[in-house]
Amino acid sequence: MSVVEASPPAVPKNVRKTALNGVHRQMGAKMVEFNGWDMPVEYPASIGCGIVAEHMAVRTGVGIFDVSHMGDIRLAGREALAAVQHISMNDASRLAIGQAQYSALLYPQGTFVDDVIVHRLGEDDYLLVINAGTREKDFNWVRDNTRQFDCAVENLSDDFTQIAIQGPKGVDVLQKLTGADLSAVKFYWVTRGTLCGLKNVLMGRTGYTAEDGFEIYIPSDEETSARVWHEILEAGKDFGLVPCGLGARNTLRLEGKLPLYGHEISDTINVWEAGLDRFCKMEKAEFIGRAALEKAKTEGAKKTLVGLEMVDRGIARDEYRILDEGGREIGHVTSGSPAPFLKKNIALAYVPPAQSAIGTTVKVEIRGQGVKAQVIPTPFYKRPKKT
Amino acid sequence: MPYPTDRKYTKEHEWITADGTIGITHYAQDSLGDIVFVELPKVGTEVTAGKPFGTVESVKAVSDLNAPASGTVTAVNEDLATSPEKVNKDAYGAWMVKIKVKAPAEMNALLSAADYEKFVSEEGGH
Repeated sequence: MSVVEASPPAVPKNVRKTALNGVHRQMGAKMVEFNGWDMPVEYPASIGCGIVAEHMAVRTGVGIFDVSHMGDIRLAGREALAAVQHISMNDASRLAIGQAQYSALLYPQGTFVDDVIVHRLGEDDYLLVINAGTREKDFNWVRDNTRQFDCAVENLSDDFTQIAIQGPKGVDVLQKLTGADLSAVKFYWVTRGTLCGLKNVLMGRTGYTAEDGFEIYIPSDEETSARVWHEILEAGKDFGLVPCGLGARNTLRLEGKLPLYGHEISDTINVWEAGLDRFCKMEKAEFIGRAALEKAKTEGAKKTLVGLEMVDRGIARDEYRILDEGGREIGHVTSGSPAPFLKKNIALAYVPPAQSAIGTTVKVEIRGQGVKAQVIPTPFYKRPKKT
Repeated sequence: MPYPTDRKYTKEHEWITADGTIGITHYAQDSLGDIVFVELPKVGTEVTAGKPFGTVESVKAVSDLNAPASGTVTAVNEDLATSPEKVNKDAYGAWMVKIKVKAPAEMNALLSAADYEKFVSEEGGH
């Protein structure tokens, strides 16, 4: 159809582009604005894509994502560990060199500045990978709250093109392009090696899809970025690799109950409410937010994050209201969507603790109607253990 | 892919045939992406031109279906309740509802295939 193949509209003003923007447009991706960035939401059906196909490729094979909109903050220097410990809730002292951990930056109230992945790259050298929509806020927060430490804080957000290669076959595809032994890299560890002729490339076995995979950090010039992107596409041909957009990224992370800033976590939601207890190490020394969390723990949570499955016909969407049997509003959906791999309609929602037990029936208000849903165990999807 | 000339189109990307069969366009299904849910009215429901009569949902989006003309629903494509993806595969075959059009003259105001094609190309990537 001529219209669909017509060139997409120009990037609106004040919207940022990754170095791969031209490549996405050339490939016919549908572009959307996400957190101030012009990003692909899905690639065209004509090349075997679309959210469902992209989602399934990652669950059963491999897909690649441009995630260069993510930001990067480096903390390096004699007191870098102390600085990281002060501003993040997980225990970075447990990280060996080359290891990474999921963590979060908290406000003194115990609510979220952002969730982050902390990588320990060297003796006193840490890299925080942060969300696109909170880049400036996070950097200012980290810089302002680590002034007392002997440690340099650098915003490297524009220095990298970040590409995620996700799915059970991701390791096989990436291995074709690097001399580094990727089989030796465990989940949430990083390595460095030559990749597509680029020396000393950081490759982490991390991701946001609840699947095995890698995230690579290459120079952010357009030429290098496009070359590596195409080399990955080429190397992935035998594995059925497809390019994936933010649409599949969202449904994949939702199936795995991975939180999204502004949805499951925000500056008004604390760690206990979000159910991220296991990444919050109260036993380590003081960190920002700890005192408030201590207090909140004794007071008990007013709301808690649960997983819902629609029982009756309907799809819960972000912001829809949750009603009790009597029709009273008791909470809201933070993320809701059809789950392409699980083939059911799922949602994450905040409800009072009294309505959070597995098996509890609630209603989701869809276009004025209360549609039945049930609290079910999460994560909705857990990847099979490797044998 | 040509736009079938045996029907009229709306700027909201629905089509209607002379006998009152209604669906959405190829362009609409492509914009929505993978369609996973179609909610349609019951037979006998009165629909009003330009007003929503149902909903179509893709993985990422919810869209109203607007009636190209006023009338009474005489048939509903029940097949779409279990196989909504048929709209992606064949937007001009996978009809939504059939209506008995109240005032057939009303349909003269709708877009011809050529006008719709022009409208869509001016709308650009949508």
